Formats: sequence, structure tokens, C-alpha cells
Amino acid sequence: MLTEQEQQAIGEELRHYPQPRAAVSEALKIVQRHRGWVSDESVRDIGAALDLTPAEVDSVATFYSMIFRRPVGRHVILICDSVSCWIMGANPLQAHLAATLGIQPGATTADGRFTLLPCACLGACDRAPALMIDDDLHVDLTLEKLGELLEKYA
Amino acid sequence: MITVYVENQPYPVEPGDRNLLAVCLSLGFDLPYFCWHPALHSVGACRQCAVKLFKDESDTQGRLIMACMTPVKDGMRISIADPEAAAFRAGVVEWLMVNHPHDCPVCDEGGECHLQDMTVMTGHVRRRYRFTKRTHRNQDLGPFINHEMNRCIQCYRCLRFYRDYAGGRDFDVMGWHDDVYFGRHADGALENEFSGNLVEVCPTGVFTDKTMKPHPVRKWNLQTAPSICVHCGLGCNTLAGERYGKLRRILSRYNPNVNGYFLCDRGRFGYEFVNSPRRLRQPCLRGADGDRPAVGPAAAVARVAGIIRGGKAIGIGSPRGSLEGNFALRELVGPDRFFHGVPDRELELVRLALALARQGTAPLASLQEAAACDAVFVLGEDVTNTAPMLALALRQAVRHKPAELATRQRIHAWDSLAIRDAGQQAQGPCFIATADQTRLDDIATATYRAAPDDLARLGFAVAHALDPSSPDVPNLPPDLAAWAQRAADGLKAGQRPLVVAGTGGASAALLPAAANIAWALIKAGRPAQLCLTVPECNSLGSALLDGGGLESALAALRQGDVDTVVVLENDLYRRLPAAAAAELLAARHVIVLDHLATATTAAAEVVLPAATFAESSGTLVNNEGRAQRFFQVFVPEDGIRASWRWLADLIVAAGRAPAAPWRNLDELLSALSAAMPVFKDLRAVAPPADFRMDGQKIPRQPPRYSGRTAMTVHRDIHEPQPPDDADTPLAFSMEGQPGHPPPALIQRYWAPGWNSAQALNKFQQEVGGPLQGDAPGRRLLAAAAGAAPPYFADVPPAFAARAGEWLFLPAHHIYGAEELSSVSAGVAQRAPRPTVTVNDGEAERLGWAEGREVQVSVGDTVQRLPVKRSAQLPAGVAALPAGLSGQPWLPLPAWGKISTPSIPPVGGASATLRSMPSLRSTSSPASAPSAHSANQAPVPPGRRPGLQAGSSPSVREVPA
Ligand code: SF4
Ligand code: SF4
Ligand code: FES
Ligand code: FES
Repeated sequence: MLTEQEQQAIGEELRHYPQPRAAVSEALKIVQRHRGWVSDESVRDIGAALDLTPAEVDSVATFYSMIFRRPVGRHVILICDSVSCWIMGANPLQAHLAATLGIQPGATTADGRFTLLPCACLGACDRAPALMIDDDLHVDLTLEKLGELLEKYA
Repeated sequence: MITVYVENQPYPVEPGDRNLLAVCLSLGFDLPYFCWHPALHSVGACRQCAVKLFKDESDTQGRLIMACMTPVKDGMRISIADPEAAAFRAGVVEWLMVNHPHDCPVCDEGGECHLQDMTVMTGHVRRRYRFTKRTHRNQDLGPFINHEMNRCIQCYRCLRFYRDYAGGRDFDVMGWHDDVYFGRHADGALENEFSGNLVEVCPTGVFTDKTMKPHPVRKWNLQTAPSICVHCGLGCNTLAGERYGKLRRILSRYNPNVNGYFLCDRGRFGYEFVNSPRRLRQPCLRGADGDRPAVGPAAAVARVAGIIRGGKAIGIGSPRGSLEGNFALRELVGPDRFFHGVPDRELELVRLALALARQGTAPLASLQEAAACDAVFVLGEDVTNTAPMLALALRQAVRHKPAELATRQRIHAWDSLAIRDAGQQAQGPCFIATADQTRLDDIATATYRAAPDDLARLGFAVAHALDPSSPDVPNLPPDLAAWAQRAADGLKAGQRPLVVAGTGGASAALLPAAANIAWALIKAGRPAQLCLTVPECNSLGSALLDGGGLESALAALRQGDVDTVVVLENDLYRRLPAAAAAELLAARHVIVLDHLATATTAAAEVVLPAATFAESSGTLVNNEGRAQRFFQVFVPEDGIRASWRWLADLIVAAGRAPAAPWRNLDELLSALSAAMPVFKDLRAVAPPADFRMDGQKIPRQPPRYSGRTAMTVHRDIHEPQPPDDADTPLAFSMEGQPGHPPPALIQRYWAPGWNSAQALNKFQQEVGGPLQGDAPGRRLLAAAAGAAPPYFADVPPAFAARAGEWLFLPAHHIYGAEELSSVSAGVAQRAPRPTVTVNDGEAERLGWAEGREVQVSVGDTVQRLPVKRSAQLPAGVAALPAGLSGQPWLPLPAWGKISTPSIPPVGGASATLRSMPSLRSTSSPASAPSAHSANQAPVPPGRRPGLQAGSSPSVREVPA
């Protein structure tokens, strides 16, 4: 079941489009904002709200890599592994991060605090290497900086 | 003619809006392709059809283009063989194959796989990729379709067929990049009625025929023959294949005038009744003790002949039996003692359809003509369930509008994606007036729900709106008049309007109303057509023979002039109230010829095992009066014979004729043509038995048919002589002329280098066009030339609901409503549970929750059924499933009562029948409607098909 808040926000989006199906990516984002990820149940609920079948919603949901169809941790780390960051030392950074958190890229820590995801370019190439935690962009990273950075995200 | 230069050779090409791939294939070139399909057209997705295009003669460089996305132009110079183009195509296959599992030996597609063919064609013969492949989890897509996603090459054909062509919305593409998945949101049966076409549309083994899994066979080991679907009145063309005495599968047989490339799932997967354990395989005689031992054919014929010789027999024919069988029965008993095996009411409806075809000005539309129409009115018929492929045709009819919009924007007629984008939500006018919601409502411009008589009134009102000289409808509410006006305007705006009605709508007023609309449109100068559905595969053909229906047979019996009833391919308990059926079968002698053990055969003194469509050759007449021949696929090993052969023997043995009236099919057809003028063209339906190609017969078995000398060696080490076929130019052998036979005789599609069904390209005059040679089949009916007949004037009074009573209508279902297909396991699994459908508000008022068991009484038949609530079915009417096995036959439409039983039934079974004949117990469990739960399985959250964690930053597989 979508919460009242989610329903309201989706209803708001619907007003911007002549066809309800056009609002599907916004609806997915709304649900993800509230729940961290989009479950099978949410896929069906969004479908019901937009007059779409679950398959039609899922087709969009699975297309966007930033729509999470599996549960994620409280904080999602997106670490750039594209070319500028790679030149500037993204690989050791990612290895360090993985070792610190004790997880492989793509996984979530056992305490559910972090999910570590590699991603391709955060648009901060001039200040590479870069990563994002939730909505915060962190640039000019070094191994030293990483430790304190994580502290900020409980 | 325009000229296209291929490898510097000039080729004449018809001018017109064509793409280069279609032109190259039509010219006979082997140009590989994947995503293009002659019915789905071009999207340019796979990059497989690359050729070199040269500016002019002096251009030696040229450039690579995608043939399927390039319009053909006069003077165009291309090269297919160009080394760069060839290398490009080999490269494309190589990367399409990167993730392909190369599992041909265990793949059901192997040996008839377009991917195999194209790979070989490009010359990519050595795999260089040595790394991990992406893998997917497969889904359970229900009883019809097997899913093996790893074999996918991402051509998108499946989705373009399922979603864009067939209107399915429970199947889609998931994922992105190199991790693309075609399937459902969760496991469960594919909901679309045309899902089986994925088997042929998918160029690889992702979607294969699951019903073939228990009896798999390679294409080269199949004995095949051209056939006609027997599961509804449309007469779709099929290819039926056998091995080891078992019918193995049905494929679509291309007929551009009928089913085109496709089939419905009832037609494709309903075949397994042929292999049913309920098949009658030997003649049986009832002895004095009531036991019925099997006997040899001679003893059976002698017994029946004795009965008929001394007695007064009547014959009861069959709408699912061939013309030949019905005619032979009529010859045995005499024309005035022949009755049709359907209730009088149904016979009258079918005869009315015949009359409309012959006397009206509007011709009956073929499926192809229906698909070509651009404005549609459906009156009273739940088309998807009574004539499935017509629903697919109507889906194409509403797509002309977006195509026209696109043409105005100078988009090519074959540029599928561009048309989709340009057309957006545009759809041609389609008005649907039915009692309850239908599976076509999603393409409707407007729908209207009412009781049948009110629907007919609406139809008359539409006709009146089109032509004020047609009868007016008194007391029409203003909103309805407005609806009628809108529909009239919509139809009139069309260049090729179509009016659809049929016998499934359960009202004799619907057909006249539909006819009035079509005739009014013709008067207004529109080339309108009528499309009338009939219940069964030979309803129309058998109705061409004179004779009354079952009530007339009963009346004859009651008059006392009858002591013997000969029943042809018919279960009377599916046609009459149990008491009436039992009365007919209580005649002194009952002789039944049929395929399966039924309640009717259980009552017979003599049962003769009758050949199905797969074991005999014959003629069926479809809903538009098209006579079509089906050809025997294999010779059964037991006592099974074509009904007409049994009857021919009986005619002689009973002394009705000195010698066999017909020794083979052609003689029988000659007799039929001579007997009635309407059948005069019957022999032209397909080439006669003495037709030869280069002096040879046409082999049913492919040249590579294996094991022929070994397959019977457990019985006899000598290889048997192939059985003779006196009825057709086909041979039960691999010997014969391997070339392309005339269209009516095409037994398989194969051409050098083309092992898949797409070898069909080589059999067409141009791809997607007519077949090479005479079109198969003949239309027996023609619209009347000249003056329009007078309009029908019997406008029924408005439906009046009755207090405490409901008008029960038949609810048809594609799976389960037709007798033979519902014996097939897959179809039985998809059959609905019996329910009684009532109006939502009414149920609310009466406190009936969905699923609540109620007692339904119609006449003296009482049954308990769960309630199904419908928001759309009007109050005062209710619907009961038509034809579901295990359900009693009811004379629907009929008034009856629904009550809430005070004492709960023992065991709480959903259908407790009181008036069922005990004979019903002969039905096997396979025919019982099974719980249909495929879509209801709970899906654990987070369980996603296929999408595997790869190197991409996908988080879809993050372990929870
Ligand atoms: S499943 Fe078959 S038809 Fe669909 S994209 Fe894959 S290869 Fe093409
Ligand atoms: S539409 Fe009718 S004739 Fe055609 S395949 Fe389906 S059941 Fe058979
Ligand atoms: S490459 Fe890392 S931010 Fe662009
Ligand atoms: S067939 Fe031309 S790109 Fe696929």
C-alpha cells in the first residue's frame, strides 16, 4: 500500500502529464525517497495508481540503475569508477572502502548502514576522485579523508 | 517497374513503399535478419541486415546501411556480397552470440532455429569469446510457453508482437544495457490469448512450445501435413506434425487471406485431445450383458448394417465434423432423416448468418479483410473468446489510424517505431457493445453494456442514424441515441467499415441489427463488410445441408417412426438438456462415431472410432463460407477410420447401395458437388489425389526423416511398405517431390539454408504477400449483387428485468468452452472455474461477496456456483460459463433464479450438480476444470527474474 504522502505526491506529478504513464519514473522516485527502495509490492501499487500493469512499471524501474529494486542500506555510497576518477586513484579508494566496510561493491553492510555501489561518472571529473553518499557529493578524495567521511553517516 | 542493382545486376522491382530487406528477400537473396518480421516490420534493432549502398556506378567505396531501414529507390545499387558488409554481418552475429549458451543440442528450437540459420549464413563459425556469460533466471509462464532467457539475442520481436501487435500488457522488457530480460513482472501464465506465437516469432529458443516437452521431436523427424484448426469457426490454417503415432504440435500455416502468420493459443495448444487416453481406438459392441468388448471393423460394420437394414434410422450430424462425414451420414439415412447435431435455435442463427451472406449486399469479411478495415462496430459478441483470431485482426484494424497519421508525416509504412511514436495514443474508431466487459475493451473508442435485446436495439438505432429509412427504435433513451449517433458517425468516417456480430451473443435480434448497419453503410456509399462468427469449425458448412436441428430429431423420435439413432462426432449432452439427450439416446439402437469417450458414446450400442482432423482428410467451411481442406497427417495404428469411410461401408453393408458409393475422397467430393450447387467448387479447394509434381507425390516426411527402418523393428525387422494414401497427393513417406507444392498442399516450410519457419519467405510471391501458386480454399458464398434487401424491421422491445429472476447469458471462454481443445492438458489448466457472474451493485445489495456460493436454477437444473461480480454486466442479467466440461448444458439465454442456500453443501464443492446424467462419469479427470492459480502465486518481495549483478553499477541484485 502506498502511504497517503506517497499517493499525494504521485497525484501531484500526475497533474503535469496528459497520460498517467508519463509519471511512472517520478512515482518510482517518490516511493524510493520514502522507502529507500522499490519493492515488488510497490511496483504493483504504482501500477494500480497509474493504470499500468506491474510489468509496465517494472520495465521502467529496472531500466534505471538508480531505482533500487532490492533493499539498500541506510546510506548509499556511489563511488565513481569512470575514467577521470580512475586516473586519479579511484581503484585503491574503492578497495579501501570495501575493506573498511567489509563488503564487496554491490553489497550492503551487515548492520544495514551502507550500500556500496560503483557508478560511472558523477560529473565531478575536475575534482576527481569523487563519490556520493546519499545526496552529498564528496570530491578530491584521499584515503585519509575517507575515514572521517563515513563517520558523518550513522 | 523500377530497377535495383544487386552486385551490379539489374533486378526489376514493383514500385511502392518497401524496404530494401523485404525487396532483397523477395528477390530470393539470402540476407540475414533478426528484428524485422514481415508482420511486425522494421525497427533496425539488430544490425544484422547490413548491405553496401553505392552512390552510382563509379562509387567503389559505398557505405554500410541497414537494409530493413532503407526505402527502396529506382536505380539503387547495393551489394550483399561486399566483403565489408559480409564481415560486418558476421561480426554482428558474433556479438549477439557472446552471451548465447550455444546449447542447441538441448534446445527445442534446434534444427529449426533462425539464429542457427543466420549464424551459418554469415559464416561466423568459430567462437572467440572465452569469458563468463550473463545468465538469467527463467520464469514459469504457464502451461503453453517454455522460457529460456539465456538464449535471447535482444531482437525485441517478442515484445513487439506481444505488446504492440497482440495488445498484451503482462509481458515486457526489463533491465538495460547487456542485461535485458523479456518476461513478466513475476512468474505466472502469460495472459494474452496469442502468446503461442512467441514460439514462432522469437528467432531463438527463448520461447518454445511447452506442450511439446513431454513428447519432443526435431523438425526433421516430424511427419507433417497442411491442416485446418478445428477449435472455432474461423478456420485458421495450421501445420500439424506427428511422430510415433502421436500428434506432436501445431504450427501456424501462412494463409494471407485467413490467419496470416499467427494462431490463437486455443488453436495452437488444443491439439492434445488427439493423443488423449479418452480416445476411442477400436469399435465396440454392447453385448447382452451390457459389456462392450472391442471387435474388428468387419464385425462392427456387420452389426450396424443389420440394425440399419431392418430398422428406421435417423442421423444426427455434427458442426465439428467434416462436410464429408455429415454428407455421408445423410446418404446413409436419407436426406429427410438427417438432422443437425445442434439445437434448433443455434441452427437457425447459423442459417440466418448464411442468409445474410447470400441475400445481403455486405460481403462477409475474411480475417484479412477484417484486419484491413478502419472502423469497427462489435455488436454483442465477445470476440476474443468466441473467435479469437478475429480479435487479433480487430487489433490491427484500429492501427490504421496511427499508420495514416505517420504517412502524412512521410513516415514509411514499414517503419514500425516511427509509426508508434507519430501515432502516440491514436486509434481508429472501434465501438464495442456487449453484455459484459471484453478483452478488446482496451481498443474501444466507446463501450456499451446491456442485455442482448437492448444491444440489438442499439444496433438498430445505429442503422437508423446512418439511414433514416431503416426502422426506428421506439423509446430509445437520449443518451443511447447519442451513443448510437456517435457510433454511426465513427463508422461513416471510415473508408472500410466493419460490423461484427455472431452466434455467441445469444440473441436472434443481433444478426439482423448488425446486417441493417452494414447495409445502411453500403447505401451511404461505404464498402462495409459484415463479419459473423459461428460456434464451431464446420457450423456453417454443415448448415448448408438441409435438415432440422436436435429438437426436430427428438420430435421425429417421438412420432415413433424411428428406432435407430446414428450420431456423428457429437456429444449430445453438450447440446441438449440432459433429459432430452437421454431421450434421444434411449432409442432402441444407438450408434455413435466419435473421437473421444463421452456421455453419448457411453450410451451407445455400437461405437465406431472416428478419425480426428489429424488422421483423416476432409473439408471444413469457415465463418465466411470458405471451404478449406485438411489433410491426414498420419495413419493411426488401430481401428480408427474417417467417419465417412465407416459410413461408406455401412451404406454398402446395409444394402443402401450395391457398391461403395465413394472409394476415396475425390469421389465423395464429386458426389457432394453434384448433390448441391453450393458445393460445386468443392473439388477446387485443393488439388485432387492424382495431382503429381514431376510425376511424384508430395512427401509428408522431410528428406532427413530418421529411424524409418528402425522405428518398427521391435515388431518386425522388415521395413514396412509406407501406407498408401488414396485421398490426397501427399505420401506417408520421405520419397517424393521435394520442391514447393501448391499452397493448399504445403506441408512444411523449408528451403536450403532456411530450416526455421521463416523459410516461408521462399514460398511467397513477395515476402508478406500471396503464396506462389493458386490460393488455397474456395469461398462458397457470395453477397447478392444488385438491390439491397429490405431492412430487418423486428426491433425487439427493451429488456425488462424481472423481480427475483435473472436472464442467464452464456459467458464464453477461449479455454474450456470448446469441447475438443478443453481435453488438452494445457488448455484445461487455463480453463476458468465455473462461476455465475452478476452485477456488482446487485450483488452488493443482496450481500453476495465475490466467491460466495449461491444456488442457480435454470429450468429444472440446479447448481451451486461461486459468485463473480462484474461492474459492467447490467443488473437483471447474469452469465454462466458456456461449454465448460463438467457443467450441465443449459438452453441459454434463459430466465432463472439465484438463491442463497440455507444449508451449506457437503464438502463445499463449487459445483454440485443435481441434474447431471450419471453417464458423465466417463469424462476423464483431464477434462475437469482444474484450479487456475498460475497468476495468484504470492511473489516473495525482492525476487527479481534474471537481472544478475554484473560489472555495471546496477543495485538490483544487492543481497538483502
Ligand atoms: S526473447 Fe526472442 S524474440 Fe524476444 S528479444 Fe530475445 S531473441 Fe528476440
Ligand atoms: S481463432 Fe479459432 S480457428 Fe483460429 S487458431 Fe484460434 S481456435 Fe483455431
Ligand atoms: S569520472 Fe568520476 S566524476 Fe566523472
Ligand atoms: S533486420 Fe535490419 S536491423 Fe534487424
